[in-house]
Amino acid sequence: MSHAHDQARFATAILDPEVPPPAGLAAPDGRPAGKRFDVYRNNVIVSLSEALKAGFPVICRLVGDEFFQAMAGIYVRAHLPKSPIMSQFGGEFPGFLAEFEPVAQLPYLPDIARLELALRQSYHAADAPPLAPETLQALPPETLLSARFAFAPAMRLLRSEWPVHAIWQANAQGGPAGSAGQQDGTGKPSGPEDVLICRPGFDPEPRLLPAGGAAFITAALAGNPLEAALDKATQEAGAFDLAATLGLLLAGGCLTRIIIKETQ
Amino acid sequence: MSNHVKALAVAGAVAAAVASTAAPAQAAGKEKCYGVALAGENDCKAGPGTTCAGTSTVDYQGNAFKLVPAGTCESMELPGNRKGSLTELERDIPS
Amino acid sequence: MLDITKHPAPGLPDSPGVGYKPQHYADIMADPGPVGWLEIHAENYMGDGGRPLAQLHHLAERFPISVHGVGLSIGGEGPLDKAHLARLRHLCDWLKPASFSEHLAWSTHESAYLNDLIALPYTRATLTRVSDHISEVQDVLGRQMLLENPSSYLAFAESTMSETDFLAEVVQRTGCGLLLDVNNVFVSATNLATGPQDYIDAFPLEHVGEFHLGGHDEDHDDTGAPLLIDSHGCETADPVWALLDYTLARSGPRPTLIEWDNNVPEWPVLAAEAARAASRLARVAA
Repeated sequence: MSHAHDQARFATAILDPEVPPPAGLAAPDGRPAGKRFDVYRNNVIVSLSEALKAGFPVICRLVGDEFFQAMAGIYVRAHLPKSPIMSQFGGEFPGFLAEFEPVAQLPYLPDIARLELALRQSYHAADAPPLAPETLQALPPETLLSARFAFAPAMRLLRSEWPVHAIWQANAQGGPAGSAGQQDGTGKPSGPEDVLICRPGFDPEPRLLPAGGAAFITAALAGNPLEAALDKATQEAGAFDLAATLGLLLAGGCLTRIIIKETQ
Repeated sequence: MSNHVKALAVAGAVAAAVASTAAPAQAAGKEKCYGVALAGENDCKAGPGTTCAGTSTVDYQGNAFKLVPAGTCESMELPGNRKGSLTELERDIPS
Repeated sequence: MLDITKHPAPGLPDSPGVGYKPQHYADIMADPGPVGWLEIHAENYMGDGGRPLAQLHHLAERFPISVHGVGLSIGGEGPLDKAHLARLRHLCDWLKPASFSEHLAWSTHESAYLNDLIALPYTRATLTRVSDHISEVQDVLGRQMLLENPSSYLAFAESTMSETDFLAEVVQRTGCGLLLDVNNVFVSATNLATGPQDYIDAFPLEHVGEFHLGGHDEDHDDTGAPLLIDSHGCETADPVWALLDYTLARSGPRPTLIEWDNNVPEWPVLAAEAARAASRLARVAA
């Protein structure tokens, strides 16, 4: 067998059981490799499927173990990791779920997958000492309006048309299964939800943002001063609760620095 | 709202936000910082790890099978009276 | 070429180590028992921060650390991934580990990572390729690496050299050391119907900087012949302990790792495996 493309043939046969193992592989007595080659098929597909499951435990709980396993086999073959850093594996899973016909009736799945990805990215993000809340309080009121914020690398923001926080919470490890959230007091989820992922210390925590909170954070992340971010938030939600949003950011260690420009 | 009034309102909100953070968290010990938060939970947060081992679990790709949904999505109630349910995933691959 | 023949991997003690799993952090810090050092998979510590790196920092203050790469694809047909090599360098510069090791295998093809360690045929061509890659790794990292023997499930008709000759030649060409996985020897010998002790007899033991032990699963091929899977999901099998004894009698004590990657047990089970290794190392210590 010629040399340059041995591993291409090997990889193709690993991924597609219809393709026979490359020539030149054999059992010790010279018989064809047969089931021996399947060891590699199992190692690759099963290990990557399990990696996907480890990264998306809530998706797995939502669709069930067996279904997830079969779906993972399809995903893995279509989206092999591009890096040996397995904690980054699954970046294309939300997009895959949006296109995967058998889960078309669960349109919230892609956003749940985005939430799980964001939690994982947050877990591995760089450390940054949080801003002491008192620092913020010590600023004169006029200075506060023009203050800009630097955010922790571990912070993530997810806006969804679906009650992703409630669904995630109901299905995350230890949570009661089945019912999604009590946000509106009726036991039913309340519609679109924006989620802030904070990492106080080392454990990422998804927090439900009040109305306008995501608009405020998006504007502040883009480098706008507090006043402009506040305007954006109140445009989106008239009753925007700045205290509640800032409280979440401060308690979650999401703010790392205040940037004050001298304007006079 | 004049700028001064706005500034005072913001200062009030900041004070309330700071006050709300005063009580909890903070005192988490070294164990929480460097140890494992809750048994079993850590791996999910970390995501998949590497392996240098093989598996004796068999991948059944190539075998014909039908899957019926079995997850919690079945009992999830969503807006618009939508019940989450999965379409049967058919993978009937002729061999 | 690095001159390492005098004392391979001087940093790891000749005691048992274990493959580190985060769920064992508190147990290890409280009482490591017979465990004298820890091995981590490099690719699990390539994030920017958070608990993994904080834990590792604290572990490294107390234990010699062996960095074991699983994703470099040293046996790959293509060039080494320069970005990944740079990440390894970054990790080693920060951690200053007692040892760095990788596998005689390939895992990446055209940027697709297969997450498995796949064996390769042993020929003059693959010898040159593997040796070039190892030299490149050692140049970039500025240190010697250990190369680990793989588990084999089938034979390559194309091979013109034995695995032991291949490894000895790689050592000659690159100055690398070797990591002898005793379970892999047993798995491969069973699967390829060769003699595990013959393999040890032919192995250049003087270049071994570390032993690996781990559990395997038993299966059968299409004709009922035994097919062992290197699963690291259970205790090290008795014949593998016996093969370790056979090896230690010829090599003397070396750093010896218990690998347990699937169905990871509670700490006491792992510590008991380490204690088993400790008693064997003590038996051959001078």
